Amino acid sequence: MSQTVSTLTRVLPALPGTLRRSSRMVERSVMVYRRTWMIIVSGFFEPLFYLLSIRIGFGALIGDVTVDGVSIGYAEFVAPALMASAAMNGAVYDSTMNIFYKLKHAKLYDTVLATPLGPTEVAAGEIMWALLRGFLYSVAFLVCITALGMASSPWILLAVPACLLIGFAFAAMGMAITTYMRGWNDFEFIPAATLPMFVFSATFYPLSAYGDWAWIVQVSPLYHGVALVRAAALGDAGWGIVGHVAYLLVMAAIGIRIAGVRLSTLLRT
Amino acid sequence: MSTPLAIRVWEGQLMTVWRAWRTAVALSLTQPIIFLLGMGLGVGALVDDRVGSATSLGGLSYLQYLAPALLATTAMTAGSFEATYPVLDGFKWRRTFEGVSATPVDPRGVVHGLMLWWTTRLVIGSLGVGLALMVIPSTRGWGVPVAMLASIPTGLAFAAPLASWTATREDETSFPPIQRFVITPLFLFGGAFYPIESLPAALRPVAWATPLWHGVQLCRDLSVGALVASDTIVHLTVISAWIGAGYVACRIAFDRRIRR
Amino acid sequence: MPEAPAVTPDEPVIAAVGLRKRFGTFEAVRGLDFTVTRGECFGFLGPNGAGKSSLMRMISSVSPTSDGRLRIFGLDPATDGPAIRARMGVVPQTDNLDQELTVEENLIIYGRYFDLPRSECRARARELLDFVKLADRAGSRVEPLSGGMKRRLTIARSLINRPELLLLDEPTTGLDPQARHVLWERLYQLKEQGVTLVLTTHYMDEAEQLCDRLVVMDHGVIVAEGSPRGLIDEHATREVLELRLAASDRTGIAGHLGDLAVRVEDLPDRVLVYTPDGDAALAILRAAGIHPVGSLVRRSSLEDVFLRLTGRTLTD
Repeated sequence: MSQTVSTLTRVLPALPGTLRRSSRMVERSVMVYRRTWMIIVSGFFEPLFYLLSIRIGFGALIGDVTVDGVSIGYAEFVAPALMASAAMNGAVYDSTMNIFYKLKHAKLYDTVLATPLGPTEVAAGEIMWALLRGFLYSVAFLVCITALGMASSPWILLAVPACLLIGFAFAAMGMAITTYMRGWNDFEFIPAATLPMFVFSATFYPLSAYGDWAWIVQVSPLYHGVALVRAAALGDAGWGIVGHVAYLLVMAAIGIRIAGVRLSTLLRT
Repeated sequence: MSTPLAIRVWEGQLMTVWRAWRTAVALSLTQPIIFLLGMGLGVGALVDDRVGSATSLGGLSYLQYLAPALLATTAMTAGSFEATYPVLDGFKWRRTFEGVSATPVDPRGVVHGLMLWWTTRLVIGSLGVGLALMVIPSTRGWGVPVAMLASIPTGLAFAAPLASWTATREDETSFPPIQRFVITPLFLFGGAFYPIESLPAALRPVAWATPLWHGVQLCRDLSVGALVASDTIVHLTVISAWIGAGYVACRIAFDRRIRR
Repeated sequence: MPEAPAVTPDEPVIAAVGLRKRFGTFEAVRGLDFTVTRGECFGFLGPNGAGKSSLMRMISSVSPTSDGRLRIFGLDPATDGPAIRARMGVVPQTDNLDQELTVEENLIIYGRYFDLPRSECRARARELLDFVKLADRAGSRVEPLSGGMKRRLTIARSLINRPELLLLDEPTTGLDPQARHVLWERLYQLKEQGVTLVLTTHYMDEAEQLCDRLVVMDHGVIVAEGSPRGLIDEHATREVLELRLAASDRTGIAGHLGDLAVRVEDLPDRVLVYTPDGDAALAILRAAGIHPVGSLVRRSSLEDVFLRLTGRTLTD
């Protein structure tokens, strides 16, 4: 994977100054993770375990589900949702605990700001890294889904950019929220947000199962992520996709804006 | 006569997490309900609709099947967490154990204090799931408090062996792989979400050897009041064996670490 | 590296007029005027809380000024921060080295933040590790290094971009005497190479050793400015007689000495007599029947200047 990264960081200098400066943060993360690459690689087993478990256990218990009048295997139904959730979880982890450690404990950003890099470039660079990891992870997920025969459409390739968008939105928002964290204890609240989203985003059963409460589910950003990835996996395009993409883009934009401003006030005092 | 070392270690751990717990308690009480509502009711509806699924779940609804198992998985998660980062923290970063053991060096007291703390922590952890079980009508029952008690040795069966491993470590790099290759697979394949009869035949003995499967069975049997004496003895024996082996390993490892 | 107009030799590297820094209602820096010229070593001397660190953060263009005018290399930090920082090296008060990287990687990635090519970063890292005598620790993690080693590594890091201006905030605080001398020697070499040095310190000996010019700061304002020798000549006498006395002997010292005592400071633990001739003063006191428990004649230092200017010792 560090091959991919070094290729990327060689290409990046051609891009404008801000982006190039941001990419230095990615380079630093690559340096750090070069030694612990095993942890990242071992992360690829997680989708495999989850998918296998769904296939072996729930597949046998549930059989098929009906979505929009079409009957599909339960594993095929859940797999894209797990992929979307994984993109969320990875991005949230990278942009909360990891960022907080570097911000408050390692004082990394204080060091970096003494160089030509600015706070927005630092924030953008860290989000780029979160996305890069998310990209590798999504590809691994896709490989597992395909290898287990859970993909029915070649459009599933689009699940990777969909996951990048999910990662972008959640990383940006996660970083924005992290700038308000006072101590490690505040991170207890992160699962309080992500667990309900994970369980109630039409992840494990169709939106129709929620009946009159479906609108609440549609507020959840993960719901839009799941819908996007599922649409790609089933090759089932519709105008709804525009809405899902727009929701996630707006969330990302708000997150970046808040994170940039907050980091400036925190670090440039 | 001063406070025994074991009590001081327990107290130290308690104080350290107390502040975090004020929020964590609220969350650990609400999260199991959310999880059970989402998985148990939602997925349950899909499972229970299917003819034949009830038979493979032993006549239970999916919610009744899943909910008590959460007691065991929650204990596993809490036990394995408490035995890794906080223990390394005590050795390495905060040096609490070296601090308390500087005057009469007594690794035994440290181990006992930790066991006491883990038990406390597991009791607190079981409250959240227990509450969820009592709130949901179809899982409510007199067996629930007993099942909550049974989840505690399950947690210790993970905490004790893992802590002895932690005592031999200088850094935390081995913890994520343990989580990924031991805890997560057990969570997914250990019989909590579906019968291990679904697993390939070769994998079933692996599940039988782990404390989680026995803990899951024990909690489930207790909460629905369907205890079979012979099975229960086997479950308790396996779990006790893990705790016993873990305790001995802890005593040796802590002894080496603290006296070195 | 961003192109910036080069500073002409007579243009100051740093120019500050009426510089202020406020945090809420607290004013840490309360109107400073000073200039630093190319190639000199300029010091800010003052006790903890004098406003030195706030000032350094403003100069390093990471902390916005609250009021006044600040120019570095003739540029405004508010608008040209990146261009200024590209030409400067910063050694902060606490070593904020990257704990997740090795000694050598710390230097390489820092060079990358300055947009130096990878190969140059590696070459420069090796050079600098030699310069600060850490070459044998290149592959080590940062954590096990001693305080002096970490400090040297931080200084090496600040030099990766060949800065024209080096800012050092309390460079030797917390180091043992030997480590301090090693550091001073390295800093002296840098000055020889033409690097402009700006440092804060609350050590007199450091200021005297390194600084061509310095200002004495107290409560966010400048109380004196000049060369170390000039300040001593202006605000203190040639020699100081330090006496440890019984309580009964403390009064009337000035009376015995007459013109020989320019000033007498009565400190809790000792009495300082400012005099052109310490030995003569001591002889007179002995002749007058005053027998100190301990006595010491020394050249006066910046500590005495500070005491004179603020009525307090630097470590108060």
